[in-house]
Amino acid sequence: MTQPQQHPIFSQIDDVKNAVAEVLAQAKKLGATSAEAAMSSTSGLSVSTRMGEVETIEFNQDGGLGISVYVGNHKGSASTADLSPKALRSVVEKAIDIAKFTSDDPCNGVADEALLEMSPPGLDLFHPWEVSPDEAIEQCIAAEKAALDYDPRIVNSDGASLSSHQGIRVYGNSHGLIAGFPRTRHSLSTMVIGKEAEQMQRDSAFTLSRVHTELKSANAVGLEAAQSTLAKLGSQKLSTRKVPVIFRADIANSLFGHLVSAIGGGALYRKSSFLMDSLDTQIFNTCVNIEEKPHLLQGLASSPFDSEGVKTIDREIITDGVLNTYLLASYAARRMNMQATGHAGGIHNWLVKPTHDDLSALLATMGTGLLVTELMGQGVNTVTGDYSRGAAGFWVENGVIQYPVSEITIAGNLKDMFANIEGLGGDIECRGAVQTGSVLLNSMQIAGE
Amino acid sequence: MSNVEQNLLTNSQLTREQLTQTLDYIHQHKVNYADLYFQSSHHETWVLEDGIVKDGSYNIERGVGVRAVSGEKTGFSYSDAINIEALNKAAEAARSIAQTGESHKVQVFSDVSAPIQFQPAQPITSMADADKVSLLREMEQCIRDLAPEAQQVVSSLSAVYEEVLIAASDGTFATDIRPLIRLNCSVLLEKNGRRERGSAGGGARLDYGYFKELVDGEPRWMQFAKEAVRQAQINLEAIDAPAGTMPVVLGSGWPGVLLHEAVGHGLEGDFNRKGASAFSGRIGEQVASSLCTVVDDGTLANRRGSLNIDDEGTPAAYNVLIENGILKGYMQDKQNASLMGVAPTGNARRESYAHLPMPRMTNTYMLAGEHTQEEIIRSVDKGIFANNFGGGQVDITSGKFVFSASEAYLIENGKITQPIKGATLIGNGPEVMKKVSMVGNDLSLDRGVGVCGKDGQSVPVGVGQPSLKIDELTVGGTA
Repeated sequence: MTQPQQHPIFSQIDDVKNAVAEVLAQAKKLGATSAEAAMSSTSGLSVSTRMGEVETIEFNQDGGLGISVYVGNHKGSASTADLSPKALRSVVEKAIDIAKFTSDDPCNGVADEALLEMSPPGLDLFHPWEVSPDEAIEQCIAAEKAALDYDPRIVNSDGASLSSHQGIRVYGNSHGLIAGFPRTRHSLSTMVIGKEAEQMQRDSAFTLSRVHTELKSANAVGLEAAQSTLAKLGSQKLSTRKVPVIFRADIANSLFGHLVSAIGGGALYRKSSFLMDSLDTQIFNTCVNIEEKPHLLQGLASSPFDSEGVKTIDREIITDGVLNTYLLASYAARRMNMQATGHAGGIHNWLVKPTHDDLSALLATMGTGLLVTELMGQGVNTVTGDYSRGAAGFWVENGVIQYPVSEITIAGNLKDMFANIEGLGGDIECRGAVQTGSVLLNSMQIAGE
Repeated sequence: MSNVEQNLLTNSQLTREQLTQTLDYIHQHKVNYADLYFQSSHHETWVLEDGIVKDGSYNIERGVGVRAVSGEKTGFSYSDAINIEALNKAAEAARSIAQTGESHKVQVFSDVSAPIQFQPAQPITSMADADKVSLLREMEQCIRDLAPEAQQVVSSLSAVYEEVLIAASDGTFATDIRPLIRLNCSVLLEKNGRRERGSAGGGARLDYGYFKELVDGEPRWMQFAKEAVRQAQINLEAIDAPAGTMPVVLGSGWPGVLLHEAVGHGLEGDFNRKGASAFSGRIGEQVASSLCTVVDDGTLANRRGSLNIDDEGTPAAYNVLIENGILKGYMQDKQNASLMGVAPTGNARRESYAHLPMPRMTNTYMLAGEHTQEEIIRSVDKGIFANNFGGGQVDITSGKFVFSASEAYLIENGKITQPIKGATLIGNGPEVMKKVSMVGNDLSLDRGVGVCGKDGQSVPVGVGQPSLKIDELTVGGTA
């Protein structure tokens, strides 16, 4: 096996760094007073099977370069998926051209030099997997078969898929920063269809990691998909009512995703957030604590610097319900007379602290109410916090699941929902940028029959 | 030779003969079908935010996708370089889906000639950059004149110019030029400490001149500006939406997102071949009330969802999906059509050369009925009227779908009374379609803003419908 440091991807990174440096130099030559560019390249394999047969084999090879130039305070951007020298030259020219028509905006510009990460630490994000199409097909078939064989009510399959990708990301700007790192991402998933009486239901399961040996077994993925699908069979509507609700861990991250949008600089400087002027105020119940750890080794949302090259650091986002920081990229920070926080391009591993051991403990605390396991639609208004989404899950009495429910909505306002969080489970979902357990809210409006 | 062929092949030192050789090479394995999809696309966006031309951006994409199909199996590879080496390398990867062996011969190319649904415009150069910025400034000024209290105004203008060339082993040789433009604006109003946003926009497969055309005596961009302000003003007055199951009247046009979610996706050929859809195996059955005739129509002139040819070179078509409530057919690409023993319907679409084609919608709408909107509303004792929507989503297996109203009103005793806040509506596709009890005579299409996502691929689509009444639908309010 090749030692990671000798892997050919490291010399590829050097080549890409040179290309980025060249693009920046060219921007300067054409009149840019400052510039920044990012280049990425991903390659890999995606395989899918269905009913025990291979369905698709895709060989992926994607790349692109994006550049922003600043001529004084005028900004122009251009990007290309074609990485030929000719295309690279033409995007620089195009960006310079565009800057002739954009406004003189003093908030424009690359990130402040003092905030940049000039010597990024390695975060162990690169674990290549030389998986052959045949091995990948075998894994997919095994996952799907485990699901199909689990119960006769599993009657059909939407298939299984495995993907393994490796890529690099290089960022450079006219302060002299040029940095890049490699990363990998591997996943296996399957979705099956169950039928009982006249009702058909589907559900899926997946495993995802930067390290392929950390993936769950094909068998485990298949069993989980089968069990989730069977659990949904026989689902019924609920009557319209107001009850406590638990967001199960695998969908609870969406609640914190709405927080990310609402405290992001883009929404704030545009006065388009229900959390305007909320810094250092109580926005959650006191049981909520969230910290951000951008440098977790092998973390799915780990990054040494953000998409503007700003150093990422550990932060307390929420302490005892109080908001400690906004999430600011340079432009928004300057608009708000604040400092960039290293969140250009998103967040980096939020860890939500549990108050309960696991989901059972949370169900026991809730007693009677709704366990939501699926959300549908985009009915969330970040300006007002109004929330109304389709939902499915389970009706719970005395802490015990009674029967599956579907075709209902849950609604409220995010401000109230955040304040009404009464418990957080230890059943942490680790497959996303927000790592949280299930979340208990003391009351939401259910609409149904 | 077309300009597209010149740009995508000749300028890359490729000839038709070489494409035939590449297809022959793929057909040395047991494949039924193979195609090469060349694409070049240019995309620009201009954004004006509170008087500041904040950013302009320009994106270039160019590449070729190579696909080999063997029964239900597909091998796929692509390259962002267009040259013979890249093409051969992709062909080698794609054909690995099947073993070496006999397969039928590659057919001699025959140029597809399809009726033109839109002209080969180049929108990006159709207006000077300075004029694009002026258009956005005029639009913002119009909004500020209408609503001096506006807290924030954002407008954006974008265009795509795309060339495609398709060469397939069934002899298909087709080229197309696909323009697409879009203009959008949004305004944030504040009143008594309450903030609400309104937005509006539109687009078409035309050049930028479309936005300056006069409609009812005023330029189209001005209609968008007025509409955005109107939406925001209504939202400021909205009370909490009701929660529960009740009659719902939908307005004409964009509320047709109902059809896209409740029936459209469920009628895509791939899901039905696999038996995964709530509509699988139900052709000839009553799946909607007899008032409903639903079509998918790629042939409407200049529409956002329209196509001259689909991404396999099949000419766009007018396909009846549901006629008087009876399920007539599915939307197909070549692979699924062949596996189901039917003809392709012109619905094969892909986001780009780097994505596999699938059966997708074009413009999906319901034909007009007899009633006026006023008659429909008058028939409702207590319910809601929803006139504008955000997005939607469907689980094609269970049939459950949602779509989120962004402008809606209470109906009390046959009259529209108060505006209500946005709420998600949820139902089961086949059940809801049977509850359509009145259909209006006011069929219209959306303004050209739809984007449909499937398997991570986005394509532009259109929707439309007349006003209609659903006897029972669950409304996800809070009151």
